[in-house]
Amino acid sequence: MKFVILWSDALIFLLVFALIAFFINLRRDPQTRERWSQVFGSRLGMVTFVVIMTYVLVALTDSIHFREALAPDPGGNGEQVFYDNKVRSVLDFALGDMGTQHERTYSAPFALNSFAKENLKDADGNDIRDFPRLVHAGIHLESVDQRSGDIAWNTVLGILKGLLVAGLLILPQWLLLRRSVFPWHMAWATQAVIICMASLLVQLSAFYHVLGTDVAGTDVLYQSIKGIRTGVLLGTLATLVMLPIAVTLGVAAGYFKGWVDDVVQYLYTTLSSIPGILLIAASVLLFQVYIDLNPDYFEVGLEKADAKFVALCFILGVTSWSTLCRLIRAETLKISQLEYVQAAIAFGVGNTRIVFRHILPNVVHIILITFVLEFSALVLAEAVLSYIGVGIDPSMPSWGNMINGARDELAREPTIWWTLVGAFFFMFMLVLAANLFSDLVRDAFDPRTSLKEPL
Amino acid sequence: MSRLNILGAGLFSICLLGACSEGAWNNPNAPESGDESIYYSVIYAQPPKHLDPAQSYATDESLFISQIYEPPLTYHFLKRPYELIPLSLASMPTVEFLDRRRNPVEPGSDKIAFSRYTLTLRDDLRYQPHPAFAQDDSGAPLYLFDSAEQSDAYRIIPDFPESGSRLLSSDDFIYGIKRLADPRNKSPMLGFMAQHIVGLREFTYRLNHMDRGPWLDLDEQAMLGLERIDERRFTITIHDTYPQFVYWMAMHFFAPVAREVDRFYHNPGFKEKNLTLDWWPVGSGPYMMVKNDPNSEIVLQRNPNFHEDYYPSEGAPGDEELGYLQDAGKRLPFIDRAHFRLEREVLPLWTKFLQGYYDRSGEVHSNTSNYFDQAFSVSPDGLELSEEMRSHNLTISQDVKPSIYYYGFNMRDPVVGGYSEEKRKLRRALTIAFDLEEFGKVFEEGNIISAQSPIPPGIPGAIEGEAGINRYIYDWVDGEPRRKSIEYARQLMVEAGYPNGRDLETGEPLRIFIDTQSQAMQGANSAIPNWIARKIGRLGVQVEFRPADWNRTREKLMTGNTQIFSHGWLADYPDPENFMFMLYSPESPLICKCDGTNNSNYENPEYDKAFERMRVLEPGPERDAVVAELVEMWRRDAVWMITYHPLEFFLNNEWVYNTKRHGISKDTLKYVRVDDELRLQRQAEWNQPVTWPLLAGATGVIAMILPGLVAYRRRQRATLKSQG
Amino acid sequence: MIAYIIRRLLYAIPILIGINLLTFTLFFVVNSPDDMARSQLGEKYVTEQAIENWKIENGYDKPLFLNREQEFPASITETIFYTKSVRLFAFDFGRSESGRDITSDVSQRMWPSLALALPNFVIGIWVNICVALMVVMFRGTKLDRWAVFVFVMLMSISYLFYIIGGQYLVAKQWKLVPISGFNAGVQPWKFLILPVLIGVVAGIGAGARWYRTLFIEEANQDYVRTARAKGLSEVAILFRHILPNALIPILTGVVVLIPTLFMGSLLMESFFGIPGLGNYMLEAIRSQDFAIVRAMVFIGSILYITGLLLTDISYTVADPRVRLS
Repeated sequence: MKFVILWSDALIFLLVFALIAFFINLRRDPQTRERWSQVFGSRLGMVTFVVIMTYVLVALTDSIHFREALAPDPGGNGEQVFYDNKVRSVLDFALGDMGTQHERTYSAPFALNSFAKENLKDADGNDIRDFPRLVHAGIHLESVDQRSGDIAWNTVLGILKGLLVAGLLILPQWLLLRRSVFPWHMAWATQAVIICMASLLVQLSAFYHVLGTDVAGTDVLYQSIKGIRTGVLLGTLATLVMLPIAVTLGVAAGYFKGWVDDVVQYLYTTLSSIPGILLIAASVLLFQVYIDLNPDYFEVGLEKADAKFVALCFILGVTSWSTLCRLIRAETLKISQLEYVQAAIAFGVGNTRIVFRHILPNVVHIILITFVLEFSALVLAEAVLSYIGVGIDPSMPSWGNMINGARDELAREPTIWWTLVGAFFFMFMLVLAANLFSDLVRDAFDPRTSLKEPL
Repeated sequence: MSRLNILGAGLFSICLLGACSEGAWNNPNAPESGDESIYYSVIYAQPPKHLDPAQSYATDESLFISQIYEPPLTYHFLKRPYELIPLSLASMPTVEFLDRRRNPVEPGSDKIAFSRYTLTLRDDLRYQPHPAFAQDDSGAPLYLFDSAEQSDAYRIIPDFPESGSRLLSSDDFIYGIKRLADPRNKSPMLGFMAQHIVGLREFTYRLNHMDRGPWLDLDEQAMLGLERIDERRFTITIHDTYPQFVYWMAMHFFAPVAREVDRFYHNPGFKEKNLTLDWWPVGSGPYMMVKNDPNSEIVLQRNPNFHEDYYPSEGAPGDEELGYLQDAGKRLPFIDRAHFRLEREVLPLWTKFLQGYYDRSGEVHSNTSNYFDQAFSVSPDGLELSEEMRSHNLTISQDVKPSIYYYGFNMRDPVVGGYSEEKRKLRRALTIAFDLEEFGKVFEEGNIISAQSPIPPGIPGAIEGEAGINRYIYDWVDGEPRRKSIEYARQLMVEAGYPNGRDLETGEPLRIFIDTQSQAMQGANSAIPNWIARKIGRLGVQVEFRPADWNRTREKLMTGNTQIFSHGWLADYPDPENFMFMLYSPESPLICKCDGTNNSNYENPEYDKAFERMRVLEPGPERDAVVAELVEMWRRDAVWMITYHPLEFFLNNEWVYNTKRHGISKDTLKYVRVDDELRLQRQAEWNQPVTWPLLAGATGVIAMILPGLVAYRRRQRATLKSQG
Repeated sequence: MIAYIIRRLLYAIPILIGINLLTFTLFFVVNSPDDMARSQLGEKYVTEQAIENWKIENGYDKPLFLNREQEFPASITETIFYTKSVRLFAFDFGRSESGRDITSDVSQRMWPSLALALPNFVIGIWVNICVALMVVMFRGTKLDRWAVFVFVMLMSISYLFYIIGGQYLVAKQWKLVPISGFNAGVQPWKFLILPVLIGVVAGIGAGARWYRTLFIEEANQDYVRTARAKGLSEVAILFRHILPNALIPILTGVVVLIPTLFMGSLLMESFFGIPGLGNYMLEAIRSQDFAIVRAMVFIGSILYITGLLLTDISYTVADPRVRLS
């Protein structure tokens, strides 16, 4: 086994560590602590946080990649170990065979037979045309009639297993936190529900394609789950990329004023007046050409797709920094007028010191609010970009690519709806949780509690 | 506030009531007057970009150009194999061979330096009515302007009140060919035709180095290879012999263009209004363009000046039974007006077809598969339709598209290229593992034919049945070709030096790289790479894809920097030469340093010699034998990994007749007949609106407002009380 | 005020130059003039000569930014960048790579875009305000909280689902309206019902939530409390005080969007086959038609800058205390 560290893997773990350090740091500040307790003091805050954390966890387990070693050559030649060119992740490992149980082509959720007819031989050896049995779904059943019973049985079994695991997980939490003032019971309930769902899906997926299969016979549920990493990473990495630019420029403009301010203002007015979609399209094409021209930098196909993905995050970040920059600039302007800052300047305190001691800590809430607000917008934007043809590389599983591929399937008779539903459900849950959570964060951190951007 | 809402709901329902006065609510077409026969069809995804016969070179554009212009020749509508017949000519062109001094010599002589074609026109060809032909009382053109301001009032062609017409003469054809040579027209044929037509290169050179105004009268510039004999006869002289040249005369590049029209479109200010020949074609064909809003609709109207033309009375075997000869001998065209609407998305397009608002599907497929005719699949027993479609009595007309799609090996590649027996076996093993038949079923709805040779069925040189199969890849089992087993492929891998896909010496797994065009791997096709990797992975071989856009792919092909690549070829004419030249070594981009078509860089002197012989042979058994030799070399060397020919379909609603699909020619609209009555009837039947959602929606809105109102009133009363 | 407007307009010039420079660089790194020629000339029988011709005919035969063969002024002016940009500033957008006149196309396509975007915009605002007002009447109650939850839910659905779902249900299954198309001759409103309906429904979540916040902010103001103390009824307070006062931030918030209505909607126009500018852009991106993209970027930027200017002006109109300087 050989570990593969993709660019996006490295970035996301970097981000996670940075966030953890950031929060530990913030705990010292009583005001911030109070605000966070306002967020987590609400039941909705608990629920949405757990949901988001689940998504993040899935994304993280899907971000530890490795290539499996191939069995030694039977010819016995060479000592060297060679690796598979398929990159797998810990998540693939956890999902078991879900990703490798390919059917021939479409099949409906829980179906036992393929969606398309084929030439078959019946018991007497005659050619007939019928829906063939699937290769991996319900093979343990003796007849089709047993299916509903089997599904029901596995459902019960899955939920029971889930309850057991949930109990084991929640018990220590309960012992630890039962005296806490926060509504932890909501978090536990959510955890229990999520674990039961997961266990149910795993249980059923062992025997059926819960969300059917797509045109190439790949399990749709598997694809939807694999889409989580793409969605979560896009939402976070793009902001990560834009933060340093926006903060540096914003603070510089607000603090130094004069020509610095003019230049920064010129930059963001220029960038924000270009219709966003055109700017993104042009930049994405630029990166794609660059990557296409240098195929040797990437050993396996996934690395190339990943480079395109990181580039897309980068572009989305660069094209969306102007809003944050504007906000930070305004805030810095305000703060630098405050008496104690003026006093510090008068005492000859260095610029760096003032910026780091007085200004940065006071714009953190803006950064935080933008971060959570942008997140859901970016996840939604991915689908649109895929439709336009400048989105995630088609070889990478993502909800946008699923929707893009599935919109034609709706025109079929009978309709193939499950790919769309799969992508919809997973995307909707993430965006909903993120939106609700961001509402709470904003209420807690923004003293004016109003949205100043139109629509 | 609630009053406002009710008002809104009311407005919405009034809108809907207004809709029901005009038949079905969802009818996207204008109400029909009933005295015209109208045809409704689709432009899919991309509007045509060029309609200038010299400039256009795309199938979706020739759909329009072919209805409007009449090149000298065309193909017989019904007969198969394809047969050339005169269209604007009175008879097939005659050819004579000349030596270097332009003295006639015998066919087949080695002194031949030129071939001269003589074309004789029909005498009843008249242009469509068009303002370019409008004249004032003195006979001078009516619409010639000195400045852009004078023509301000005219934005589109129908804005011009006056129009005229005239008979065609041989000058118009000569003018059309000269336009190919004019660099300003950016004709894609310029380079190719310069190799063949005598004097064309010099003509282009002269125009390029000439001081010229906005318009140049090409009639005043002579071209060596074009000679006018009289009003109805002219000659074209080409270098050497090129028997396939007649096929080019069936393409719109050789369509006539009137000098007046060219002059007219060069009026000052016209270009800025898109009043150009590229946008408003003018011809003598069965239809003329009356509306060109490519963003939404193109409308063709019957040309009142169209010459006498009749439905053919003989066809291919089986045409009688399919009803293709019912209208034999009737005057063409049948349809008075044809609407082509732009659709970008499959769901609306398909829905309208099933609602009866489009007459046929599949008029233009720039991409053959996955896009439109999804609702059916083709099995060996014939067409399989879903329940709903069967109740619609749809019919289908299919033909093999004279084209090939293939994944080729780069023969210069050190890993998969080369001509040794091991390398051949390796390539064959990969070919067998890439289960093309399965690929066709999964990704192309079964609408492809696995190629046994580079020549599609229906074109001379293609052999049907057991004798025609590729023995290296297929066995003949139960009356059909069957791909050899994966075990056999594994055995080949052993013989090629890659047991289990591992290098015999190092044990390293074999990795192959496939270059594809990224646009072809999007949407529903994005699952293809994984699928291929899975199939070839059965040999233990690792597959990597390197998708890139068209320009980058082309660069890779030009520099030979590729291992396996996907490519396609749409033939210009139904002749084996147009396919087999793709393996001719001078066509290799690495050898000719040009955009050659031999992207595999296949070099085989034996092949080259045989090809050169075949190229100049007259059709017949001798030529067939040479073609068979060429095909065998292609099979033995396993130059291409997979090769297939797409099938093309029309799906027809039951009121459309004479819709036989023609693989090459697009000028078939004049044969189509539509039963307008039946269409109206079916449209009414199929489009009964479902009204309960409207009621449910209205109820929902009221249900949301009412309790709110009640609660609000109660609350207010409570406030009042507490205050009182 | 006039001086202010003139200054703002002058300030727009360097911005437009910057935009031009940026789009130019981005696109030419991707596609050299040779590439553009090839994508226009097709894939068969392309010769070097044909490419040269194409470049000459379309004005791509000069160097990009700097012409080293010329003396100073000409070394700048005899370049692709200069010749192509100068014409933009004169609102001459030239021809697309396929040879169409862009100005004429834009002026034609603007109207269908507007025909869709304007009703969408107006009805959208009206519906959102109605819904928000209704919710504000119940502020502080459970109903209010649930309404906000529903808004957030509506917001969390991808726009693509609204469109695909709407087309599938309303037009395909229920056959209430034509599924797509735009026929200016035949009752164009018939084709607009569905896209407008979808646009409005898709916008309710974000829109109504925003208006609700504005109204509530207004409702918490002192003067509202005074009015209530005077014994005015809730309806009277809502319509006489809250609504007119909240209209100011609404007006100034949406004014910036008005000019961009001309640009149309990329997704809507594409799915409903409406021949507007959104569709035009999408086509240009997909076929990498640089001339159209450049023109659209230019137009888009001008409209955006106009929007910003209008916003500033509307502040003074709405609130006489604000003075522009």
